[in-house]
Amino acid sequence: MVSKTEIGGAEESASYKGVWVFAEQKDGNLRGVGLELLGVGRRLADRLGEELVAVLLGCGIEELAKDLVAYGADKIILAEHELLGRYTTETYMNVLAELVYKYKPSVLLMGGTLNGRELAPRLAARLSTGITADCTDFDIDKDGHLLQIKPFSKLMAKIKCRTKPQMATAKPNAFKRLKPDWSRKATVIREEVKVSPNETRTRVIEVVKTTNSIYGNVEEADAIVAGGRGLGSKENFKLIHDLADLLGATVAGTRSVVDRGWLPASQQVGQSGKMVTPRLYIAVGISGATYHTVGMQKSEVIVAINKDVKAPIFQIATYGIVGDLFEILPIFMDRLKKEYQEGVDIEQPSEQKPSNPY
Amino acid sequence: MERKKVSSQGLKIIVCIKQVPAVPDVRIDPVTNTLIREGVPSILNPWDVIGVEEGIRLRERYGGEVTVITMGPLQAKEAVIGALAMGADRGIILSDLTFAGADTIATAHTLLAQIKKMWYDIIICGKLSIDSETGHLGPHLAELLDIPQICYVKKVDVDMIERKVIAQKEADDGIEVVEAPLPVLITTTNSLNEPRLPTLREAVNARRKKIEVVTASELGGDLSKYGLKGSPTFVDKLFRPPARRPEMLLQGDPKEAVEILVQALLNRNIVNVRSRE
Ligand SMILES: Cc1cc2nc3c(=O)[nH]c(=O)nc-3n(C[C@H](O)[C@H](O)[C@H](O)COP(=O)(O)OP(=O)(O)OC[C@H]3O[C@@H](n4cnc5c(N)ncnc54)[C@H](O)[C@@H]3O)c2cc1C
Repeated sequence: MVSKTEIGGAEESASYKGVWVFAEQKDGNLRGVGLELLGVGRRLADRLGEELVAVLLGCGIEELAKDLVAYGADKIILAEHELLGRYTTETYMNVLAELVYKYKPSVLLMGGTLNGRELAPRLAARLSTGITADCTDFDIDKDGHLLQIKPFSKLMAKIKCRTKPQMATAKPNAFKRLKPDWSRKATVIREEVKVSPNETRTRVIEVVKTTNSIYGNVEEADAIVAGGRGLGSKENFKLIHDLADLLGATVAGTRSVVDRGWLPASQQVGQSGKMVTPRLYIAVGISGATYHTVGMQKSEVIVAINKDVKAPIFQIATYGIVGDLFEILPIFMDRLKKEYQEGVDIEQPSEQKPSNPY
Repeated sequence: MERKKVSSQGLKIIVCIKQVPAVPDVRIDPVTNTLIREGVPSILNPWDVIGVEEGIRLRERYGGEVTVITMGPLQAKEAVIGALAMGADRGIILSDLTFAGADTIATAHTLLAQIKKMWYDIIICGKLSIDSETGHLGPHLAELLDIPQICYVKKVDVDMIERKVIAQKEADDGIEVVEAPLPVLITTTNSLNEPRLPTLREAVNARRKKIEVVTASELGGDLSKYGLKGSPTFVDKLFRPPARRPEMLLQGDPKEAVEILVQALLNRNIVNVRSRE
């Protein structure tokens, strides 16, 4: 095993080249966030004039490389081993660390999945480098450094890393994948990795798969109705469910709402929740803190209902209504019901529509 | 560190805790690009409260000792007192200007220097701290100590004979039951426990307990790895989040406003959007 090294002076640092994306797979399926990171990674690699490399670990997953090429990778590093079949932090970290020591990438991007959030910071500590969590954008500065962009209180911060590789994570949906181009060509490098069962001190004894909650997946929703602290109570939050039911939309909320137990954490939108990109996002009683808006500002149409005309949500809302939500929502729902009764090209609510928990 | 197979002293438990602002939207110092924490009411990070509670419960079940450690300004003593009031045995605060401005890696190195001097079987970190929400510290620390980690733990038991933990943890597709030999680092979730509220008397008594304050020179280790200087990452620039161009802001009669909104949504063919399959 290569010993832990620190990056020395500028000369050493300059020998780090290429943008790497860790393409996480689960049960032989690529996770979407890896393809999304290839999208932004392509832009960064082009700016740097360097290669975009996808790193794929697993067992019997060779054919996934094709997708990674179509979504933008110039090169695939593929490591297969039966002990890489199911994710374990230590084994995955050891393999990735060896690859980084060998190839010295300048940038390493990883998805902020639950596994990614265990793996990435541990790998950073192994590599003695820095890491920024949950970036919402990336750029390259004039000196070729990675700018890691994320909210910081009410503002946005550009964060840099003095060491290499410059590591960062991003949540699913933070970036768009490219249109796949199945004619693209790329090299696939097969890495023989030595992995022993003793490397992982944590042993998985049992896996209990749980089904999705009745609330529905906000990351995949086409329409979202989100409520904030302005709803005032868990009982009042029923209004959000009612509107969502009417629209066939998925329910979401702010961190304040999740902290108060009005919604489960799975429905939180924002920096520390989910990133969403629906066609329609209706924000009710939400002030529009930067930590919230980074998670929903890429929605196609944003509707905001808030009684405070100065609420920052109105700066990003496509349509804003200033007023008391308890007055507006009933009128809005009545009006929608009327529209639906007239039956103009309305689709039937889908079977999988989340049911109202009330 | 060489460890006896069966310890008669129960478990040595370390809980890493952090004091955080009680309000979410803290102002930023325009010169240093760091958060202005002075004058802002502070609390013990809620995820760490769960960590302290779990440490105490493990001690109640298996015997041993719970030490809480924090790195921060002296005012962070309040967080330590809170943990002592809940029932922690020992409180340590690493406090020195040298430690200020640390990112997660530099913080991990600072805590590492202290923890390396101690005995430990289980280290508990909060899932994340609510002021920065990275959740990096636990995995950093586990790697620097070269011990296994189990993040997002929902339930934890210890096999004292075999010296291992058996834990239920959140995974992307459900719950995993995992085991790892001691010493191990775990991080919390909110289904781990329901933290106790100290009584007034416990709160008062906690103020009388001695808290160990450790400065940089007392801590030792590689000072170049601490604080702002030891942090590989730094905030380079701040900017205003880009605004989108609002198309209409409707004020006045709610009925009229709703009518205009619904028409606009219908024109965009957007109100009949249903959830994706
Ligand atoms: C590190 C970090 C990460 C964070 N991550 C997230 C995150 O992922 N997601 C997130 O949402 N937040 C996050 N936050 C918190 C965030 O900063 C805000 O505090 C939060 O989004 C505010 O939630 P809110 O809009 O529901 O509540 P508030 O800010 O309290 O807003 C309530 C709004 O309701 C309006 N209102 C009240 N009554 C009525 C009424 N009757 N009719 C109409 N309007 C009414 C008010 O005018 C106000 O604008 C994070 C914070 C930190 C520090």
